[in-house]
Amino acid sequence: MNRYETVFILTPVLSEEQAKEAVKVFEDYITTNGGTIKHKEFWGMKKMAYPIQKKTTGFYNLIEFEADGEMIRKLEIEYKRDERIMRFLTVKMENHHIAFAEKTRSKATA
Amino acid sequence: MASDIRYLNPISIEIKKEKYCRFKKSGIKYVDYKNPDYLIKFINEQGKILPRRLTGTSQKYQKKVNKAVKRARHLAILPYVADMMK
Repeated sequence: MNRYETVFILTPVLSEEQAKEAVKVFEDYITTNGGTIKHKEFWGMKKMAYPIQKKTTGFYNLIEFEADGEMIRKLEIEYKRDERIMRFLTVKMENHHIAFAEKTRSKATA
Repeated sequence: MASDIRYLNPISIEIKKEKYCRFKKSGIKYVDYKNPDYLIKFINEQGKILPRRLTGTSQKYQKKVNKAVKRARHLAILPYVADMMK
């Protein structure tokens, strides 16, 4: 069971609720396929450094979860299939990364 | 009779500032690709990654910085090419 962190950008065409809904779809996908979500962050509408698909803003979302390796390939196919997602990046977290994430989280809540 | 050599302009002795790796000194172990304000220190005006000879970071941490900047560029947090920003 490795620890992963995935960030994806949703098209700004959606409204706030639709964006939240789309995020919900992926969270359920992760939990149903044997992953456990550790941390969720919704950064909301942010301006992008360069236009993607002719759009300059997008909804950023981050999910930190624990899963085994094969599930990531299926998850990324889901990302590609869903056209609301403009861009995604899944990263495996090593120990320093995990320590950093936990420290920032505890600092945020403290 | 030492011929005094006169220079056109005074020779500028460049005081060699001791470069150090900021990661080793401050003990940072992980460069986060998600916050741009920290990554901005490692790229120049055009958005290119600064070389080690200017920043003085060690190879191990320069690779982490490269990876983080390239991930940030992929997620449109940092631009690939920029003009006069930072």
